[in-house]
Order: sequence, then structure tokens, then C-alpha cells
Amino acid sequence: MPDLPFGIIADANLAAARYQMAISLGFHIIFAAIGIGFPVITLIAHRRGLKHRDAAALQLAKRWSKVMAVLFAVGAVSGTILSFEMGILWPGLMGPYGDVIGLPFALEGVSFFLEAIFIAVYLYGWNRLPARLHYLTLFPIVAAGIAGSFFILSANAWMNSPAGFTIGADGSIQDVNPLAAMFNPAVGIQYTHMLLAAYMVSGFLVASVYAVGWLKGRRDRLHRLGFVIPFVLASIAAPLQVLVGDLATRRLIDAQPAKFAAMELLPETEGGAPLTLGGLLIDGEVVGALEIPNLASFLGTRSWDGVVPGLDSVPVDEQPPANVVHIAFQVMVALGSGLLVLAIWFAIAWWRRRDPPTSVWFWRLATGAGVAAIIAMETGWITTEVGRQPWIVYGLVRTTDAVTSASGIVLSATVISLLYIGLGIVTIAVLRRMAKRFASGEDAPAPYGPGSAVSR
Amino acid sequence: MTLANVVLVVIWLGVTAYGLFGGADFGAGFWDLFAGDAEKGARVRTFLEKTIGPVWEANHVWLIFVLVYLWTAFPEPFVAIATTMYIPMTIAAIGIILRGSAFAFRKWAATMQRQRALGATFAFSSILTPFFLGTVAGGVASGRVPLGNAAGDPFTSWLNPTSLLGGVLAVGATAFLAAVFACREAAVAGSKELGEYFRKRAIGSGLIVGGVAGVGIFVLAADAPELFDGLLSLRGIPLMVASAAGGLTALWLLYNRRYSVARLAAVVATATVLWGWGAGQYPNLLEPAVTVSDYAASDTVLIALLLAFAAAALLAVPALGMLYSLMQRGVLGETGSETGESTESLLRTMLAEEGDQRRGT
Repeated sequence: MPDLPFGIIADANLAAARYQMAISLGFHIIFAAIGIGFPVITLIAHRRGLKHRDAAALQLAKRWSKVMAVLFAVGAVSGTILSFEMGILWPGLMGPYGDVIGLPFALEGVSFFLEAIFIAVYLYGWNRLPARLHYLTLFPIVAAGIAGSFFILSANAWMNSPAGFTIGADGSIQDVNPLAAMFNPAVGIQYTHMLLAAYMVSGFLVASVYAVGWLKGRRDRLHRLGFVIPFVLASIAAPLQVLVGDLATRRLIDAQPAKFAAMELLPETEGGAPLTLGGLLIDGEVVGALEIPNLASFLGTRSWDGVVPGLDSVPVDEQPPANVVHIAFQVMVALGSGLLVLAIWFAIAWWRRRDPPTSVWFWRLATGAGVAAIIAMETGWITTEVGRQPWIVYGLVRTTDAVTSASGIVLSATVISLLYIGLGIVTIAVLRRMAKRFASGEDAPAPYGPGSAVSR
Repeated sequence: MTLANVVLVVIWLGVTAYGLFGGADFGAGFWDLFAGDAEKGARVRTFLEKTIGPVWEANHVWLIFVLVYLWTAFPEPFVAIATTMYIPMTIAAIGIILRGSAFAFRKWAATMQRQRALGATFAFSSILTPFFLGTVAGGVASGRVPLGNAAGDPFTSWLNPTSLLGGVLAVGATAFLAAVFACREAAVAGSKELGEYFRKRAIGSGLIVGGVAGVGIFVLAADAPELFDGLLSLRGIPLMVASAAGGLTALWLLYNRRYSVARLAAVVATATVLWGWGAGQYPNLLEPAVTVSDYAASDTVLIALLLAFAAAALLAVPALGMLYSLMQRGVLGETGSETGESTESLLRTMLAEEGDQRRGT
């Protein structure tokens, strides 16, 4: 069934399956990113607290450990059900290729297990472990985040760049090499991009909470540290992310030309292609865009007249929905650049006076940095996923051929969407409640930890 | 023994671990639901929360492990199960989300009313999830999942006598395990009252589950003849006998308040049911004749899985040991560690010093 314009999918079951997967992943990715980045922030605060006998820093680490535990719980359950959905929704991926991409998932399971154990140990260790050992338990948490994200990104990169098997004359998958699949050509850059994104999301998000506090007049040492530690981490990641993003985009010219063309909204392969800001592709024509001559070619090839691929580099039925990809990509780039500007603003002020900027505008913008980073991550993810369409395994399996034949996915997609909307609202409410309790100085119990009311 | 068989055994170890540890977590939710109103049940609920608090997230790993190893080692049978069973699996997945998040949020709820709503969500979904996972098991065991993309009946594959038996047994076993474990935890914590509370419930649920399992044999004879024949084979009979013996021993030990050993007997009684199912169905993953050897991935893949399993065991076992020893310490007393000053007391010292400085200036 041909798709409708603007990436609307005509087949309702396929649309529902893709939508359910998108919302499940899109929800989980936020918590996964926080699970990777938040432990690093907590580690820095904890280290500072011990090294400089800084009570405020240590107090922050303690509060953050509680927030981290709650967010990790949501991440754990939303991640668990993804392994259900891989099989429920995409038999045409998991049936033929489950053995090819299984290994990274297995190893991710190990990382998740270690992360879950050490988060519990850290949370419970505040009054049970010797201080030194307690501090050290943060390191496996950070390491598990770094490792776990590699494994998941390796599986995703494999879908963009399938490797580690051969296809026999009868169409069967042969000579499966799980290591070659795991270390496929796309994994290095995709993983680095995601890891930096996770640090940006966590850093800007935590900092934005304290930016709100700053605007409300909470400017004591604890709040200052609560802003500076995560903001600095995110600010270090931001410029690196721009460099990695550039590499990631340029890699696509050869690896996935149609994805590149959709991102840049280029209908035709040409030399000296313009950079298209905004705009939509309607009936093969770019409409309503601001075009900067030759810039797409320069960014892609480092030559003003370099030839970059257009959508016409692949047959029509292999082209991704260009408008969705283009808009998502540009939103990501715009927000990423904005965050970089904010990071530079901070860096200049810090370099001059060893203090964050005083301008109220900096702080106002900083309150939005967390949400901006999340949107940038989500749109980046939409860019890579939708940009891969119509393939679920690039060049080999079409998404239409991989989807379940079961009917009724519209219903499960609806229920799961409502569930995640509700869960999102409750999560925010609980986080606000935690912040309130922290602000009022009420030392709340460790979440589901051994409370004082427990019987002896 | 072929590599595929070794991997299958490893997967079944995962199923067992999820059944026992994950099961006990679900069972805690079961008893939470029936603990009475907010005031009367507070003591029981707090106690249950404490016993599962640190481990429940980590226990998801067994489920993830089973799913991932199944799809890697036996991809086609895995997608056959997932696509045919998408309704109960989706409900179980929703149960997992609701349960985990409600549990994590409950403590932070601002009002008693909200706390109760979250608590009820946690408890109710703790029953929902094992029930629907049990119906999936029943459908697979009774040969209702054919190979292919959603090739089985979307409803009767899990709405049938064996599935119902599977669901009820799963919920019952989680409740029984949780109650037995709670007896022991209560004893360690020195609470006689809670010990008696759960002793009664452990014996009661044990009798019910044993009864259901006994009747279940007849259900299987009528509804799942292949499995029934397998259970009556030389592979199946010892496991069934062991399960019955384990169950009876557990009840006797519970009656005599020997909770520590009762735990082991309860574990044997439950684990042997899972292994009985596996042994009864072997060598077929699915009916008819979708065998382990025919549908396994290549040896390279299986070896990679086994190496990953070995690495996991090497890393995770010491870490898990650390967590459990911490929990025991937590149950014994929260005064801090004997081996050195805790971070908490360090923080208190620092705050006191700061206070002194402020007063001094």
C-alpha cells in the first residue's frame, strides 16, 4: 500500500505498530539517558563532598540518589517491555535476525543487572557502608551506563548497517558472526552521539531544575552547586556533540544517501547543493524554504561544489518520508546549537569571574535547557529511525514485511499511549513532590527503602 | 548434550530464577492487596515493601534474560509465541509498567488517598502480570502456538483450560513463595506477630496451590495430552514426585516454624513444577514437532550466548551477594557499619561543623 504524503502510513496495523514502538522507545529513551548521565553528575557531587569536605555537595548527592532511584525504576520497567514488543510487533525482524543481533541485547541485560544492583547498593549504602566503599559503588553504575548504551546502540546501528552474516542462495541467513554484527560500521559514531546526548539531557535537565530555583531566589551554595555541576557536564558534551553530529551526517552520504537527502531535503543529486532551512517537499518541489547556496555541499563534502546525494539516488519506493526527517533533523540541529550557545555563555562568564552569568536571560533560557535537550534527543532519534524507512533492516527487510500479522495493534497502541501519557504526568508530579520535600528540608525516606516506620 | 540443549537449560535456569525471585516480588504485591485497610495493613505493607525494595528492579533481568536468550537461540519459535500471544503478553507488559512505577512512586505520594491509589495499582498489577504470563505458558504447554507470524488463534491460544491453570498456578505460587520468604524475613527481623501472620498465609496458600496443582494433572490429561504423556515419562515423574514432596515438606516445616529450611522446600516445590513443564514438553519447543535441535541458532551464536552467560555470572554473582548482605544488615539494624564510618554519619559531622563555624563567626 503506498503511503500518503507527509509520512502518513496508509496501513493502519503497520502505522499502529510503528507508533506503539515509537512511543515506547521515545518514552524509555528519556529515562535511559538519565540512567546513563545522572550517575555521573551524582558521582561528581559525591566526590566533591568527600574531597573538599563539602556538606552541600554531599547533600546533593544524597538527594540525587533518591531521585535517580525513582527514575531508574521507571526506566527499568519501560525498558523491560521493549523486549516484549520486539517480538510482538516485529516478527519479520526478530525471526530471521534474532540470532544475529541477540548478543548485544544479552550483554545489555548484564549491564542493566549490574546497574540495578549497584544503584540499590548505593541508595542503601548511605548509612550502612563505610564511606569509601559507598563512594566506590558509584563507579560500576557509571560504567554500566556507558556499556549498556553501547550494546543497545550497537543493535540499533546494526539496523542501519547490517553486518555479521551472509545470505545464502535460498535466502537463508548463514555464517552468523555475532561479534561482527555488534561491531558493525555504524556503531562507533551512533554510540558516541547517543552517549553525549545522554550526558547533555541529564546535565541540562538537572541544571534546569536549579535554574528555576535561582530565579525563585534560592541561591545558596547547595543550589549553586546543583546548577553548576550538571551544567558543566552538559556544556562539555555540547561542543563535542556538534563535532560528532557532523561526522554522523557526513557518514550517511555513502552509507545511507536517502537518509542524508531527506535530512537536507534534497530532491536531486547535485553538486553545489544549497542548505535548506525549513521548507517542505511537496510534489517533488521544495516549498517555503530559506536556501543558503552551496552550503549543504560544503557541510557534506567540505567542497562548495561537492556532489551530495538527493532522494533520487534511490528508487521512489525506497525513499523515506522526507518532510518528517527534515523537520526532525532541523529541530535537533537548532536546539543543539542553542544549547551550545548557552554553554559558551556560561563558559565565558565562568572564565572571567568563576561564577555563572548574572543576566536573568541566561537563567530564563537555562530553565528550558532540559526540555530542549530532551526534544533534541527525540528529534535526533526520529531522524535516524524515520530516515531509515522504508527499511527495518537497511536494504534487506522492509518494515511492512516485518510487522506482525495480528490485528488489533491499534488497540494496544492506544492503550500503551494513554498509559505512557499518564505515567509521564505522574512521574512529573512525583518529582515535583520530591523537590518540595527537599526544599522544605523534610528528609524523606529512601524510595521503597527501609523506612523508619518498619517494624523491628 | 548438544549446545542447543545447554542453552535451553540456561534459559530454563532463567525461567526458574524469574519464577522464584521475580515471583516472590509479585507475591509481595498479592499480600499487599489483601493486607486490609490503610491503617490495619500499614505494618504488613511496610514490611513487604522493605523485603522486596532493593531487589525488585534487578529481578526484571531474569525476564529480559529469558526473552533475549529465547529470541537469540530460537528466533522462529520466539516470534511465533510473541505474535500469537500478543494479547496476554501486552497485558503482562502493561502490568509490569504499572506495578514497578506505582511501587517506586508510592512512598512519595503527598496524600494518603494517592498513596492508596498507587498501592492498589502496584498490588493489582502484581497479580495481573503473573496470571497472564501463566496463560502464555499454558498455551505453549498445550501446543496452541503454531510456527509463523501470528499463526495461532489470538484468543483460544490463551483462553483455554491449560492457560487458566497456568495463570492460577502462577499467581498462587508467587503468593506462596512470598509468604514463605516473608516468614523467614519476619523471623530475622524478630517480629513474632508478622511471622505468625505470614505463617498462616503461607500454609493456606500452599494448601490451595497444592490442591490446584493436583487437580491440574487431570486438566492436562484432557487438554494437553502431549505434555501429560511427557509428565508421566521417566523424565517427568521424578520431578512431579519431588514437587509434591517439596510442597508437603514445606508445609510441615512451616507448621513447625522452621522457616529457614521451609524456604528451601518451597523453592524445590515451585522450581520442580517449572522443570516438570520443560521436561514434559522436551524436545518440542512448540507443537507439533518444532524441536530444539531443528530450530536452534548456529553453534557460533550459541557459544556467544554461553560466554555472555558466563561473564554475567562472574560479574553479577558477587554484586548480588553484596546487595543481599547489605539487606541482611539493614534488617538487623540500621545503626551503621562496623567496618568504618558511613557517608551518612560523615555528612552529619560536616553539617555540625558548618553549624559551629557559623555560630563562631
